[in-house]
Formats: sequence, structure tokens, C-alpha cells
Amino acid sequence: MMTYIMTGLIVTAVIFAAINGSMADLSTAFLEECGGAVQLAISLTGVIALWSGLMRVAQASGLTGKLAALVQPLLSRLFGGLQKGGKALQYITLNIIANLLGLGNASTPFGIAAMRETEREEHSAAPEYASHNMIVFAVMNTASLQLVPTTAAALRLAHGSADPMEILPCVWITSVCALTAALVSAFIFRAFTKRRLQ
Amino acid sequence: MNFSDFIIPVIFAFVLIYGICTKTDVFGEFTEGVKDGLRTVYDIFPSLFCLVVTVAVFRASGATAAITEFIRPALETVGFPAECAELVIMRPLSGSGATAIYERILTEHGPDTFAGRVASVILGSSETTFYTLSVYFAAVKAKKTRYALAAALIGDITCAVVSSLSVKLILNP
Repeated sequence: MMTYIMTGLIVTAVIFAAINGSMADLSTAFLEECGGAVQLAISLTGVIALWSGLMRVAQASGLTGKLAALVQPLLSRLFGGLQKGGKALQYITLNIIANLLGLGNASTPFGIAAMRETEREEHSAAPEYASHNMIVFAVMNTASLQLVPTTAAALRLAHGSADPMEILPCVWITSVCALTAALVSAFIFRAFTKRRLQ
Repeated sequence: MNFSDFIIPVIFAFVLIYGICTKTDVFGEFTEGVKDGLRTVYDIFPSLFCLVVTVAVFRASGATAAITEFIRPALETVGFPAECAELVIMRPLSGSGATAIYERILTEHGPDTFAGRVASVILGSSETTFYTLSVYFAAVKAKKTRYALAAALIGDITCAVVSSLSVKLILNP
């Protein structure tokens, strides 16, 4: 997937730069963003380390197990085949809570832990293929679960909106529709790609 | 002081106290977790690096503006604000890129116009799809992601369609 995204975007960029005459900008972007990517990774290292530390304490003390048990009836239906009370469902629960609260930096390490635990629990016969549960979980994270759109509201306020939060009902309706459409299509795609993959 | 200012400190205090009450080796587990975190960054760095550089190059080429011009007539016929088209294209690729375009829309059209509201709803109800998928799948062995991208993009298209419909129905009748 990444091969196609990377090649597609770079080739498109080169074609448009050739038409617009912006090849010099492109060349600068290549060299400058290498450093930018490293800087991003370094600042990301800090927050990922912080939340991974806290996650480990919550895990060892049995707190995540308790939280996961609360939402288990719902989640074990969405993620069929994952061990009930297992670590994968626990990390998935943490990831969803972080997303709902708008803690984007925390949801990433929780989400990565959930992907790894899912891989471990399923020990697929064809590990180079993503399992349906991994896909459903990753796709869920490409939709927004955040209850209060803080970034948009703050910028609306800064630009003099009369009512920055008026968008709330529209944001909820749109989020629910987008999430549902993404998940339903994942389940439909699965029905069409039976094979021996789960 | 805002309610959201409480969330992170309270979560930290609560988890640490809960750990002590259950006789967990709080400091030992925390530092082990930090080590796990470093390993996680090590694992996802190559994918992250490639995506960040690729998206920056794509942004520098001005391709998004050109694609927006190309699809503008189609959007106008379905009633989607063409001012927001560039945002829809940038949103799945780059969080900072999308925020920059969003601020430009707010400055040029105002936050309480149809375009300003639709842009706000789009920003508030979507995520950086490509970034999420690349980072999540970088952490596991699965390199063939099957229908993940297709399903995620169907979600993003739905987001664009429903954002303009819901604003039209609720805020700009």
C-alpha cells in the first residue's frame, strides 16, 4: 500500500511541478523535509514514551482489564475472534477512550499496542496479509471519534466566530456517518475476499 | 481554566494511585513502558519518514490547487462548496497542511459562512487517514493491507458529503 501511495504522490508532484515550473520548490522540499521528519519523530518519541509508560502501569495494575470488561459486549461483537479479556481488546478500549477524549498523542501508542496484540492473538497462517480485525481497527482510527472538535473550535473562536461550538451537532452526525460507512464497507469487502484469510 | 485542562493530569494521578493501591511496581512498570515506547518509535520511523517527505513534496508541487480547479465544476453542481475542495484533498494526507488550508478558508470567507462551517465540520470529523494507516501497519508484519485504504477513503468521502448536507440542513437552511 505504502509503495503505491509514495510513488503515486511523488510522480504526481513531479508532473505538476514540471507544468508549474515549481521544480526548485520540490527539490527544496525533499531536502528540508528529511530533517522535518526526524524532528517530528523526536517530538513524537517524547509523547509516545510518556503514554507507553502510563499504559504499562495501567496494564500491570489490572485497570485496563476492568475498563475493557465494561465495553466488552460491544467490542467483542465488532472484533470477532479476539480473546475475551485478552490484551488486544484492552488496548483497543484504551485507544477508543483516548480518541473520544481527543488525546490524539495517546491514542497512537495504544493503537500500535492493539495492532501488535491482535497479531499475536491471531497468529495468522499468512502473516504478510492484514487480518480483518486489524483492518477494522485501523480504519476505525482513520475516522474521527473525538467528541469535542477542540482544534476547529479554537480556530473558529480566533477568527471571530459568533458561536464556535454551533458546529457540534453537524460534527457528530458527520463523524457517525463517516465511521459507519468506513466500517460497513470493510465488512462488505471482507465478504467479497473470502479465501483462507479471516 | 477549562475542563479539558484537567483530563491529562487527572488521568495520570488516577492511574498512578490505582497502581500503588494494587501494589504494582509503578516506577518499574513505567520505565519498562518508556522502553517499549522507544522501540515503537524505532519500528514506525521508516514509514513515518517516507510519508512525511512524500507529503511535503506533494504539497510543494502545488498539485492540490490544480486538482481542485479540475474538479470544481463537478462540486458546484452537487452543491458542495468548492472553497473546501482543497481541504478535502489535504485532510487525509497532512494534519498541519489541512490546518493551514482551514485557516485560509476562515480568513477569506469567515467562520460563520457556509464554506467556513463546512470546513469546520470536515476538520472536526475526520482524521489524517494516510498517516494513521502507515503508522499502524508499520507496527505489524502485515504489509499487504487488502481493503484497509479503500474502506478508509469511503469514510473520508462520506465525511465530505455529509458535512455539506448537514450544514445545509441544520445551520444554513
